[in-house]
Amino acid sequence: MKPVFMTYTKKDLINLAVCMVLSVLIIPTFIKTEYWYTSILIPWLCLALATIGQQIVMGYTGQLALGAAGFMAAGAFAMFNLILRVPELGFIGSLAVSGLIAAAFGILFGLPSLKVRGIYLMVATLASQFFIIWMIDKFGWFKNYDSSGIITAQDIVILGKPFTTPLAMYFVCLAVTAVLTLLAMNMARGSTGRNWMAVRDMDIAAESMGVSLLKTKVQAFAISAFYCGVAGALFAFCYLKSLEPVAFDIKLSFKILFMCILGGLGTINGAFIGAAFILLFPVLLNSVGNNVFHGAIDATIISSIEQVIFGLLMIIFMIYEPLGMAKLWENLKQKLSLRLQSSSIKNLKSSVSKNLK
Amino acid sequence: MIDELLFFMEVLVGGLLAGTMYSLVALGFVLIFKASATFNFSQGAMVFFSVLAFCGFMQDFNIPFVLAFILAALLMVVVGLCTERLVLRPLMNASEDTVLMATIGLGYVLEGLAQAAWGVEVRRLDLGIGDFPVPWIADNLKLFISALDITAGLVAAIMIIGLFLLFKYTKIGLGLRAVADDAGAASSIGIPLKHIMLLVWSAAGVVALVAGMMWGARAGVQFALVDLALKALPVLIIGGFSSIPGAIVGGLIIGAVEKILEVYIGPFFGGAIEGWAPYVLAIFFLLYRPEGLFGEKIIRRV
Repeated sequence: MKPVFMTYTKKDLINLAVCMVLSVLIIPTFIKTEYWYTSILIPWLCLALATIGQQIVMGYTGQLALGAAGFMAAGAFAMFNLILRVPELGFIGSLAVSGLIAAAFGILFGLPSLKVRGIYLMVATLASQFFIIWMIDKFGWFKNYDSSGIITAQDIVILGKPFTTPLAMYFVCLAVTAVLTLLAMNMARGSTGRNWMAVRDMDIAAESMGVSLLKTKVQAFAISAFYCGVAGALFAFCYLKSLEPVAFDIKLSFKILFMCILGGLGTINGAFIGAAFILLFPVLLNSVGNNVFHGAIDATIISSIEQVIFGLLMIIFMIYEPLGMAKLWENLKQKLSLRLQSSSIKNLKSSVSKNLK
Repeated sequence: MIDELLFFMEVLVGGLLAGTMYSLVALGFVLIFKASATFNFSQGAMVFFSVLAFCGFMQDFNIPFVLAFILAALLMVVVGLCTERLVLRPLMNASEDTVLMATIGLGYVLEGLAQAAWGVEVRRLDLGIGDFPVPWIADNLKLFISALDITAGLVAAIMIIGLFLLFKYTKIGLGLRAVADDAGAASSIGIPLKHIMLLVWSAAGVVALVAGMMWGARAGVQFALVDLALKALPVLIIGGFSSIPGAIVGGLIIGAVEKILEVYIGPFFGGAIEGWAPYVLAIFFLLYRPEGLFGEKIIRRV
C-alpha cells in the first residue's frame, strides 16, 4: 500500500508554534527553581513519551498491554551498556539503538497478540514485564557486575559538550520528546495509524479489507516499545540519574496505564495531559496535607488517599467519559468556540441592523 | 537414587499444595467471570482488603476469631453490593475492555482504602496452624510437608466441592449459569439479575477472604499479596476462565511447575525464575490452546 502523508492545517502549525514558544522560551525564562525541572518537567516529558508508546499499542491499536515499564527498563539498561561499551555511538546514537533494542523485545512479546486479545494479552505482556526485570537483575553483565544494585548513570555528553545542569537536561528531554511526538502524530494520522485504528475497531473486518494483522500488530508493538525504551533511557539518565531494575517494576506499568486511560485513549495530547495529572496530583495532595492540615495527616495515609482517588477517577471516567481528559478538553474548546461564534454573529447582526438604519 | 526420588516427590507435593493457594485466588476470578462474563481484575485487591480487615478486627479491636471472620465476610458483602450498584450497573452495556479497566480502578480503590484504614505495616496472622513439616508424615513417609499447605489444600477442596455442588444442583446455581450464558435472556424470563450479581460478588469476596487468610498466615498480611494474586492470571489462562475445575488444575500445574523449575533449573540462572515462569507457561498455553484446558472455545462474530 502506498503511504499516505498527512497535510498540516493552519491550526496544527499554530498549535506547534505555541507549544514550541511555551516550552523553549517561556518556561526557561520564568521558571528558575531547579525543583521544577528535576522533579516535575523532566519526569513529565519522559513519562509522557512512555505514555505515547502505551497509547500506540492500547489507544490506537486496541491491544490491552501492561508491560511499558519492562520495555523502559530494557531501554535504560541498553543505554547504560551502549555508552559503557560502545562509546563511539554518542548519546543520541545510543538513545536510538537502545530504543531499537526495546523494540526487539516489543516484537517478541507482542507476538501473542496475533492469537489473543483483552485480558489474555494482558497476561502475556505481564510476562515481558517480569522477564525483562528478572533478566537484568540476575545477569551481572547488564549491570557491569556492580554488586550494590544501584548504578550511577553516566553523564550526558552530546558532541563533546556536557549536559549536566537541570535546564540542559530539560532541553535534551524536550528535543527528543518533541521529535518523537511529531513523528507519532504523523504516524497516527497517516496510513499507519489508519491501519492501527482499523484493527482496533474490528480486526476481522480490517483483515478482510486487506490490512495485514501480522504486520500492523507487530509494527504497533515494536513502535510502542521503541517509544517506551527511549523514554526509559531518558527517565534513567535525566531524572533518576541511576539505574536499578526495581525502579521499573509493575507499579510503573500501572501508572503509565493510568496516564494513558485517564488522559484519553487514542489521543497524543491525552498522553501529556494524563502524565501531567498523575504526576502533579500527588504533589498537590501532599501540599494540601502539609499546608492545610499542617502534617496532621500521615504521609502513608495521603498516598493511600491518592490511590483511592486515582481508582475512583478511573471508574468515573469509564462510566461517563471513556475517552478521558483529552475528550473533556475537546468538549470545552468546542463549547467556547460555539459561544464565541454565536456572540460574533450577534455583533454582526447588530452592526448590520445599525447600518441599515 | 531413592533420596533423589524422595526429594523430587517432596518438591512436587510442596508445589502442588502451594498451587492450591493460587487456585483459591483463581476461584474468585472464575466465580465472577462465570456469572457475568466480566473479568474482575480487583480480585487480588479484594484478597488484600478482606484479610487486612479481618486482621484489623482481630488485632485492633480484640474481636474473637469467628466473629472477626463473620464481620470481614459481611464487609465483603457490602463491597460486593457497592460494586454491583456503583460500578457494574452503570457499565452494563459497555465493552469488556471498559469493564476490565473499571475493575482495575476498583482494585486501586480497595487497596487504598485498606491501607488508609488499617495501615501499611506487615501484620502477622496466626491461624494456629504452624508453617512447619507435619511430624507424622515426616516420620512415616520421609516427606517434609508443611501443615499449612495441607490445611490450604483441604480448605480449597472443601470450597471447591461446595461451589461445584452449588452451581450444579441448586436453583441458584441454575440461575447463575443462565445469567452467564445470556444475561439479557435470563433477566427476561424473570431471573433477578441484581440478586445474582450480589450473590456472586459476595461469594467471591468470601473466597478472597479465605485465600487471603491462607496467604497471610504464610507470608504475613502485606501489600505484596496483591502481586501474588496476579499469579492467579496464568492459572486462569491454563485452566480456562469459566471453569471451576480449571482453576484447581491450573493452580496445581502452576504450583508444581514453578517449584520444579525453581529447584532444578533455577540454580543455573541465579534463581527467582518463579517470578516469570508461570507467565511464560501461560504464553505457551495461549499459543496452542487459548481457551485453556477446561474453558469453552471462544467464538467471535464479525
